Amino acid sequence: MSHEKFGFSAVKPRFIEYDKNDRTLFYLLRRREPSISICFSCGSCSATCPANAQTPFSFSRIMLYIRRGEKVQIAREINKCMMCGKCRLACPKGVNTRNIILITRDFLQKRTP
Amino acid sequence: MEHHSTRPDWTQYQKDIADDHYYYARSCIRQNFFPASEQTFLRILKDELGKDILDDAHHTTCTGIGYHTDVVPLETTMTVVARNFALMTEAGYKNYVPSCITSFGLYTEILETWHHFPETLEKTREFLYKATKREFNIPENLAHTSDVIFKFRNEIAAKAKFRLINKETGKPLRIVDHIGCHYAKMFPGKGIGGAEYPYVLAGMIEAWGGQTVDYPERRHCCGFGFRQYFVKANRSYSLSASRKKFESMEPFKPDAIVNNCPGCPYFLDRWQYVTAESEGKVFGPDNKPIPVLTYEEMAGLVLGYDPWDLGLQMHQVPVEPLMDKMGIPYDASKKYLDKNGKDIGKPVIPELFKSSVHE
Amino acid sequence: MNKRVLIIGAGIAGMEAAASLLALGNEVLLFERDEIPGGHLKDWERLFPTQRLGSEVLDFLKKGIGSNVQLIHGTTITSAEKHEGRFKVVSSGGDVWWGDAVLLATGYDLFDATKKEEYGYGIFKNVITSADLEKRLLHSKELLTAEGKKPGRIAFVHCVGSRDRKIGNVFCSKVCCVTAVKQAIEIRQLLPDCEAYCFYMDLRMYGMKFEELYNEAQEKWGVTFIRGRMSEVSENIDRSLLVKVEDTLIGRPMRMNVDMLVLMVGFVPTKTTAKLAANIGVELNENGFIKMLDEHTSSNITNVPGVFVTGTAAAPQTISTTVMDARSAAVVVNNWLNSGGKA
Repeated sequence: MSHEKFGFSAVKPRFIEYDKNDRTLFYLLRRREPSISICFSCGSCSATCPANAQTPFSFSRIMLYIRRGEKVQIAREINKCMMCGKCRLACPKGVNTRNIILITRDFLQKRTP
Repeated sequence: MEHHSTRPDWTQYQKDIADDHYYYARSCIRQNFFPASEQTFLRILKDELGKDILDDAHHTTCTGIGYHTDVVPLETTMTVVARNFALMTEAGYKNYVPSCITSFGLYTEILETWHHFPETLEKTREFLYKATKREFNIPENLAHTSDVIFKFRNEIAAKAKFRLINKETGKPLRIVDHIGCHYAKMFPGKGIGGAEYPYVLAGMIEAWGGQTVDYPERRHCCGFGFRQYFVKANRSYSLSASRKKFESMEPFKPDAIVNNCPGCPYFLDRWQYVTAESEGKVFGPDNKPIPVLTYEEMAGLVLGYDPWDLGLQMHQVPVEPLMDKMGIPYDASKKYLDKNGKDIGKPVIPELFKSSVHE
Repeated sequence: MNKRVLIIGAGIAGMEAAASLLALGNEVLLFERDEIPGGHLKDWERLFPTQRLGSEVLDFLKKGIGSNVQLIHGTTITSAEKHEGRFKVVSSGGDVWWGDAVLLATGYDLFDATKKEEYGYGIFKNVITSADLEKRLLHSKELLTAEGKKPGRIAFVHCVGSRDRKIGNVFCSKVCCVTAVKQAIEIRQLLPDCEAYCFYMDLRMYGMKFEELYNEAQEKWGVTFIRGRMSEVSENIDRSLLVKVEDTLIGRPMRMNVDMLVLMVGFVPTKTTAKLAANIGVELNENGFIKMLDEHTSSNITNVPGVFVTGTAAAPQTISTTVMDARSAAVVVNNWLNSGGKA
């Protein structure tokens, strides 16, 4: 955008463009770790997470980003997880949260050169 | 592809529009953006419809711009508005028709405030008297000028020399109607068709042979506001709002956009230029930009007025493609000549707009 | 001497109450304005939480009234009054019946979704209500868009006309959340290639087996639940719908294209009930339903002695609780009659 000519330019909308997002990671996780489907975003995981206490790393939000296909946000945050497993202990539905993180990290590493 | 406006519920929102004897309140800035629109309105009402309408030179701005940018306090605005009403009363009129949609929204808001909080009305009477020794009556009928044209749309259709139909294909032209936010979004009951499916412009389009376009961002604001664009750094916000509308209407291949607000056509017209220059994109059919009209200009075209008398040469997006489609004759050589034949200077035509004009 | 009970409305509550009152030894007259009894249940294909057929419950109720309950169908009762210790009801046709007690079982109406203009019901052909969907599933095993195509994505909108102060219905309609989950599962069963989304504010899974149904929808059928109330629906050029919703858990607005939209319409009190209640002096509560004398101890009793209420005329109910409530009403009416209750 030629910002220089006018001094302003159109901004990208904030919408989650559901139809334009790529949800391959989610479908992969659904096949490899089916318990991802049972999450109902209660937040017990991120409430007990030690990383969330120090940094803005929220596993429950990452789960939502995965579901919507918002890849940029996932990549930024996923590496803060310490793999302590407290989230898995707290989850009332039995979601295998650690496996989801491992598969996601693997997926993102393979995608980036 | 048929895409009709199937809006049965516009009839739920009806409003009383006076028949005759109007007091006309002009807009502060509209005459700069679209020079002949207000003149055309007066011409249509007086010459075509034989109505009594007073074009009073004494009235002032309603201070809507100032009010919405927080530079004029509400009490001041109320007093200025009361002065305009006093002028109307003194001239012997009861029906107030403002030209600007923000004015209309402001007047409606003030009348509602006075109705629900009578102490503010008393205060305003006091302020006005102290400042000017004037007294005023509340208008019996407040309607926007587009409401008046809507009311007489069939009479105008009867006198029409051209219709909103593509001369070559015989199909109705697809016209996007964009209603100013202050028309019905604040008080849905005060707008024809309410806030969700306003019908005031759609009714005109349909009465004059065209077809309205119903696209997803139809009700989205054009981004004019006031705060947003006064400061240059904020203009990206306004630009993005209009751009979102253009993107959304593009698949429907509209032939024109019609508005009833001073600011909306200004933005929808100018931002097409900015987008064409900065992004290299236009949004109309045949890779052309979309002509933008005010409803008075549309009425004028339909009634066969000379396009250059309607001020169409001042539009950034050339209106020639629309006039060609409608079969309206015009003299391209006279486009940039004033009433005395003197050359008023030619603007630079953006590269992407060149296909719309006859060079 | 056998006492006679006049039951107005042969829906679920009316029919079950009639059966119970009959079993307790009373004479029952059951009035129904339609030609066939059953009320809204006639148009419902499958019932939550087990997805059993609605027709099975309808058959059960019909069997209950058998031939000993006098079913007076095609008759609308327009007035009821006390007269010399008994009740007199009059139909729109001018016919008169007498009885010793009146049981109002006049049920509910579904919210008129055209009032929520932003959803485009009645304007966009691909926007339907949950009742429309249920009727379609009842009469045909095929579900197509208005253009005759197989839908690829169907979205459900919860709380349409309920929990909505602007519309004037502040209450929760109780059954719509679990119905949405049920219908989402049914869509996934009927059309395996079609995605299903539920847009909710809260998910009210209070009953036995409701939560399990929700789990099944997520785990087994891949229904996606998005917390956010749909705010605007528009039509794209191919007649698919563009919906705008805030994904409140992420905190960002979202845009999505769907092929069909199902609006979960709630209960509203009926105008005919209000008229009849006014006629006989029965009070309505602030939501327009018939007022219970006491929510905990006297839920079937109205302010008028001898006039009782059962079913959804008093409050939104599920089918199971309506059946229970009807039986409870029967006991209450019976007790009143046997203890010398007089109009």
